[in-house]
Amino acid sequence: MTSCEYQQIDPQALPTPTPAPPPHHGNDRDKREEPKRPRRKWQVFPGKNRFYCDGRIMVARQSGVLPLTLGLIVITSGLFFIFDCPFLVKHLTSCIPVIGGGLFVFVVITLLQTSLTDPGILPRATPDEAADIEKQIDNTGNASYRPPPRTKEVLINQQVVKLKYCFSCKMFRPPRTSHCSLCDNCVERFDHHCPWVGNCVGKRNYRFFYTFIVSLSFLTAFIFGCVTTHLALRAQGGKGLVFALQESPGRYPFNHKRVLKFLSVFSLISPSSNVPMLSLTQPPTAVELVICFFSVWSILGLSGFHTYLVASNLTTNEDIKGSWSGKSGEGVTNPYSHKNIFINCCSVLCGPMPPSLIDRRGFLPTDESVQTAGAGIELPPLAAKSEINVEVKCLDFAVSCTG
Amino acid sequence: MATEFHNLQELRHSASLVTKVFVQRDYSEGTVCRFQNKFPSELDNRIERTLLEETVKTLNSYYVEAEKIGGQSYLEGCLACATAYIVFLCMETRYEKVLKKISGYVQEQNEKIYAPRGLLLTDPVERGMRVLEISVFEDRGSGSSSPSSSMSSAGSSAR
Repeated sequence: MTSCEYQQIDPQALPTPTPAPPPHHGNDRDKREEPKRPRRKWQVFPGKNRFYCDGRIMVARQSGVLPLTLGLIVITSGLFFIFDCPFLVKHLTSCIPVIGGGLFVFVVITLLQTSLTDPGILPRATPDEAADIEKQIDNTGNASYRPPPRTKEVLINQQVVKLKYCFSCKMFRPPRTSHCSLCDNCVERFDHHCPWVGNCVGKRNYRFFYTFIVSLSFLTAFIFGCVTTHLALRAQGGKGLVFALQESPGRYPFNHKRVLKFLSVFSLISPSSNVPMLSLTQPPTAVELVICFFSVWSILGLSGFHTYLVASNLTTNEDIKGSWSGKSGEGVTNPYSHKNIFINCCSVLCGPMPPSLIDRRGFLPTDESVQTAGAGIELPPLAAKSEINVEVKCLDFAVSCTG
Repeated sequence: MATEFHNLQELRHSASLVTKVFVQRDYSEGTVCRFQNKFPSELDNRIERTLLEETVKTLNSYYVEAEKIGGQSYLEGCLACATAYIVFLCMETRYEKVLKKISGYVQEQNEKIYAPRGLLLTDPVERGMRVLEISVFEDRGSGSSSPSSSMSSAGSSAR
């Protein structure tokens, strides 16, 4: 089999046109193929994702609480712009809506990018690859039943790392890759599946996610600060609560001592402050205050945690499992870290952007050789199987009949 | 006896696929894309060792260039961050440019080196950058009773 001779193949060969297969010779499959439009790969994607805009946008099947996240952000910011900004513009500075607007736009864009981007999904192994891997594993043991978890050990920067076999995707997972059960995909550099964002956070969208939570912390803190200032200024507007009730926006005279006014916010901490009562008179402001108060701590905490992860080039998954914390033995260090905080940050956040590997808008080959989920079919020895497409088979058949 | 010439398309059409050989990833340097330089034993009689090793080495160097963390990638990253990453929708990243170069290189290698030997390289990006797939073909005209195509001559190759 290996000693057959080959003719020299000329790449600039005769330009043979490929005519359409003659209909009367076509078998059923061919007839079915002809009127069908070529399908795109996203239409047969095996994972649990949903695609929109002809494959341009993808989300996880369960969008989680993404609508809630978006709703909270939009509503809080909307209330801020409508009810607080006019007052603050008159009494402080007109930069406030500008800064707020910029932050808001930033937050929404990065949120949408985190949710709608491919996080680094690895396409599943083709049947040939899966068969090849099975063959290699078979050499070491029997595969008549589902054996114990298959692992492979590799040495990465002098550190032993175990690669696990993924039964869904039929391949050994590369380092730092994990299979997300919610999305049913292997994701590279898997961080976590974020329900707030409705998507996995992985290699390709981690920087979007990080930018989102950092800018959201700024936005929340900013709105919280502005709202507090607003209430404080109203309380100081003269005779306290009664005056605030009667006061209509715009009547408070402009005072050039803006800084003094801003600093007077700190009078809130005085026991005689009327803030709780005052906030009840401004329901929208009260809503914003409550939302921001509860979110600012959690989001700031999350940003701090992820800043630590970025600086040490860790993922949430690794941190939770304690892969590199030395619990499992001495001398276990993170093999992916560059041992320098600045370089770690730059490589995670400013590194080159890898492309999407799943090619969701690509067209399927017409022989419909698609990867199906969990097909579990091992290919027979490939001697008899060819990968030519159906049209060519028909062409050959037609030509052989006439020739 | 007419000698036919096959281009890459006809290689797929007139030859039958025997097997596929996979060159796996080399993770010894981390998660950067790098293929093992181990020569698969199935290709022993089909191609010279040095040719395949050269191809793999060149591919590895292309991937190193794509994933290099340096001045240009930082600039790209910072600019992208400042614009809320909208530039990624408009601009082709450096990685994508290098992938195009790799695609061209694989095509060229196929035409010059692999197709004449009845082999075909598949661009790793089509396999999720997991493996370098080498398809091994056998000329269908060899020894088969019914000529599958008028393009392959009867006595094209001996088995």
